[in-house]
Amino acid sequence: MTNHKNMKFTLKIWRQKDAKSKGKFVTYKITDISSECSFLEMLDILNEQLINKNEEPVVFDHDCREGICGMCSLYINGRPHGPDDAITTCQLHMRKFRDGDTIVIEPWRARPFPVIRDLMIDRSAFDKIIQEGGFISVNTGGAADANSILISKLPADLSMDAAACIGCGACVATCKNASAMLFVAAKVSHFALLPQGRPEAKERVRRMVAKMDELGFGNCTNTFACEVECPKLISVSNIARMNREFLCAKVG
Amino acid sequence: MNLLIVRMSSIAMKIWMSLLGLFLMVFLLIHLSINLCLLRANPTWFNDAAYFMGTNYVIKVFEVVLFGGFILHILIGIILQIYNWIARPVRYKATSKTYTPFLTKYMIYTGAVVLTFLVIHMFNFYFIKLDWVKSPIPALANGHPDFYTLAAWLFSKPLYSITYIILISGLGFHLYHAFRAALQSLGLNHTKYNCAIEIIGIIYSIVIPLGFIIIPIYFLI
Amino acid sequence: MAELIAKIPKGPLTQKWSEYKSHQNLVNPANKRKLDIIVVGTGLAGASAAASLGELGFNVKNFCYQDSPRRAHSIAAQGGINAAKNYQNDGDSIYRLFYDTIKGGDYRSREANVYRLAEVSGAIIDHCVAQGVPFARDYGGLLDNRSFGGALVSRTFYARGQTGQQLLLGAYSSLSRQIKLGSVTLYNRHEMLDLVVIDGKARGIIARDLITGKLERHFGHAVVIATGGYGNLFYLSTNAMGSNFSACWQIFKRGAMLANPCFTQIHPTCIPVHGAYQSKLTLMSESLRNDGRIWVPKNKEDAEKLRKGLIKAKDIKEPDRDYYLERRYPAYGNLVPRDVASRAAKERCDAGYGVGSTGLAVYLDLEESIGRLGKHVIEERYGNLCQMYEKIVNEDPYKNPMMIYPAVHYTMGGTWVDYELMTTIPGCYCLGEANFSDHGANRLGASALMQGLADGYFILPYTIQNYLASEIKTPRMATDRPEFAETEKSVTDRIEKLMKIGGTRSVDHFHKELGKIMWEYVGMGRNEAGLTKAIGLICALREEFWKDVRITGTPAEVNIELEKANRVADFLELGELMAMDALNRKESCGGHFREEYQTPEGECMRNDQDYMYVGVWEYAGPEKPYKLNKEPLHYEEIEVKQRIYK
Repeated sequence: MTNHKNMKFTLKIWRQKDAKSKGKFVTYKITDISSECSFLEMLDILNEQLINKNEEPVVFDHDCREGICGMCSLYINGRPHGPDDAITTCQLHMRKFRDGDTIVIEPWRARPFPVIRDLMIDRSAFDKIIQEGGFISVNTGGAADANSILISKLPADLSMDAAACIGCGACVATCKNASAMLFVAAKVSHFALLPQGRPEAKERVRRMVAKMDELGFGNCTNTFACEVECPKLISVSNIARMNREFLCAKVG
Repeated sequence: MNLLIVRMSSIAMKIWMSLLGLFLMVFLLIHLSINLCLLRANPTWFNDAAYFMGTNYVIKVFEVVLFGGFILHILIGIILQIYNWIARPVRYKATSKTYTPFLTKYMIYTGAVVLTFLVIHMFNFYFIKLDWVKSPIPALANGHPDFYTLAAWLFSKPLYSITYIILISGLGFHLYHAFRAALQSLGLNHTKYNCAIEIIGIIYSIVIPLGFIIIPIYFLI
Repeated sequence: MAELIAKIPKGPLTQKWSEYKSHQNLVNPANKRKLDIIVVGTGLAGASAAASLGELGFNVKNFCYQDSPRRAHSIAAQGGINAAKNYQNDGDSIYRLFYDTIKGGDYRSREANVYRLAEVSGAIIDHCVAQGVPFARDYGGLLDNRSFGGALVSRTFYARGQTGQQLLLGAYSSLSRQIKLGSVTLYNRHEMLDLVVIDGKARGIIARDLITGKLERHFGHAVVIATGGYGNLFYLSTNAMGSNFSACWQIFKRGAMLANPCFTQIHPTCIPVHGAYQSKLTLMSESLRNDGRIWVPKNKEDAEKLRKGLIKAKDIKEPDRDYYLERRYPAYGNLVPRDVASRAAKERCDAGYGVGSTGLAVYLDLEESIGRLGKHVIEERYGNLCQMYEKIVNEDPYKNPMMIYPAVHYTMGGTWVDYELMTTIPGCYCLGEANFSDHGANRLGASALMQGLADGYFILPYTIQNYLASEIKTPRMATDRPEFAETEKSVTDRIEKLMKIGGTRSVDHFHKELGKIMWEYVGMGRNEAGLTKAIGLICALREEFWKDVRITGTPAEVNIELEKANRVADFLELGELMAMDALNRKESCGGHFREEYQTPEGECMRNDQDYMYVGVWEYAGPEKPYKLNKEPLHYEEIEVKQRIYK
């Protein structure tokens, strides 16, 4: 609300008709954008202008617009979720850019994340990984009293840190190898740190890692780029924990 | 990873990569300690050590393990890299602006530098021992190659020494990320000790190459 | 017309649910495999229902418009979930939770449903912990609680400021497990566009594949709608951009009824509006009111200076601050229910004490708590909220008080359901925010999560069997039956009609206009003249929409504009009905505040004599006026009183 100013930008946006078509970058000029406007609102304004010119609007994924649903993506000027830390694209504001900047907007690139249209991608690979073991096998109705399980504060907090993952895929997008290790590790850690998750721990890590490999994600080479771009600041120590869990599952 | 001949999971490959890497790091330490004998004006120190390494049966067994280690480390590294390239068929237009620690992104390239060095090194020394390549320096009285004089002769050539220093620096860059990455891949990390691990890794990656580099400088001066 | 039989079991209130369960019909395991159930929506209610039904052995088809079930907007719930566990030994009980909820809802909810909700609340927490939901714990390893508005006890369980996320991920994990096991089939990026009714029973849906644009026919022995509320009608709300009420509107047109549509919740603590381009309002959890004090300046001159940016909040001395909630409601203070807090904020701003550049904001100040508890404690409790605030507003909430203003958040009204959660169409159920039953005229904080999960985990899996037990002889129907073809045809016709308009204005333009009308006349304060005017404006806007909307592209591809147009077309009809309902209800209760009916102190003035009923609207056919039915509310256990939080 402070120091509002109007800005102009040159946008280079990836346009692709559908999964099979060849895409290309299209350049758009946009003016009179308030510095207090969010990045997606800026795209809304662009789309409104395109519709008024009877052109097709740019398709991009988004939903909650408050940084929690994980649906928005976009690789903006070489960074997933754009030039700020610990945010999603919907939380990015134009004040983070300079007036007159050229902004390159690309969909996230990874073999398991094919482009559906323009900037919209298919992230169902993440769902498939969760389906392999990202759960505790408990049916509704049979649980004991919630306070019958004591969990120390530290592991409970660490588990929560890992569970904060929103499944946006920024880790894959930024990784030079398109590796999904941080995503998988966050889920493995979330359960591995809780007593409820221990009975299935070995099976879980084995199956989730096997699925991750099968889907064609790359490998972790410990560059830790994922940690930098994670909107929820999930630590790479979770990856180490998953490696440890995996090793124990294989050896033991 | 089904295309792979060895059907190994990505993490299993990483674990092997780390174990082999750590093993090779130990080897480097031993190799350096022997090389430092070159700093003695008396050639027998170095030649005796070389003779011991070349003839002792225990060492000979380890030599096989060592070669196996090198080959697997390189092979797995290449396989992983190929998969990593395949994982992103369409590249980004904008170059990545995500901060990553120094050199972590270039392990395959620094690794290639180390491999180049290794090949040269094999021709210069190891193949001579095997008698596959003829040494430019006459053998010792006991019939074994005179590695001290050979080393002194090679290092007296500035071009060779400079190449050597550059390639060894490549090794240093490779090692810079190696120790921490290896422990991370093995899951050996702890908030309490992470800092220590990083420092040990950095010290190692500086001390080892420096140790190797001192030798050509000593011979050049 | 279908009759409104609520099917409330006989017997004393505390025994009704166990009585029901003891005598209901069940389906045996071998028959469960032969029965298909369609669940639309994957939020807390939808995902938990789909997972639980899958666990029981039914064949479930689960639909969501997002790319993954985990994106449903339940994920954005922040503060917590209520449960009558009495872990804090502060005198909580099932009865007290039930009582607080009824009172919080201003005596406009159905007693038996609310009691059942309170009864199963404890089991929800047990189940979620077993699922691995990382609730906050204290140092002894036991679960921690915080307090929320409208309660005198601490019964809210939480996982930082991300409780909704963690609960949804719990339900999503159970759902994922069932998908892997094959009992649930997931249809992501699919949107339901109509309900198929065969011989008076719900038998399937028509859904559009949002990637290919193809219409698909799906059969189910029963259809469960769990698609959330209609807050997005206001355009600016805390709902997700895609949140919509179309599934409920479709079943409404097929024979289900809509109850109390005028009951909308305006949440007191949201980040204020700051520009015409704005697409969304962001909620700051109610939990902040645990440690944050709400105030405006005591003097109008100070407020004026703050609006002009001449001084900062810090410059206002303690005696010059008006902690109006603490002043007006000393017993509950900053923790009065949402409707009360929202109205109080509006009252101050309307009186000229508002701050922020627009004058439509009040302060929520953490300063005192930081002084008392230390910054680290506040950071631990609200870190993510403060970070969110800073990213949006570009101001540090630890240093300057946050600016907040009420915004549309939740809708208590919704599809009318009976005790079994069945709508007036046999075999069609409605869960979670989409139905109307539990929150009356105002919902208490941390109760939406409780209701969604109660419906999905512990109520529907029982009650649906009471219906399905008589359906075991119904074979799966082929989707080439004429009823499916006719329904699909009506969807195709509507899409074609929309595409053909070829007007000049975008869908968003109409959505924004509708939102402005709704906020102005059907928002926090409503009156007869305004509501009448709103109805006229909405009808005119709807006409203009059908003449002048422009949808680019074709229906046979990803077409976001078409998706939005479908939803907004329904909102344009619902908006009118909402205003009609608000006009009909000549009293003030909960979130429904009719300016004509207030006490001299500006509190709600209910009219129990004439309006102690659920206003249930029925669709009579195209171009015909909606018909109002009434379900009278009887309170057996509770003495109906004026709601006082002083």
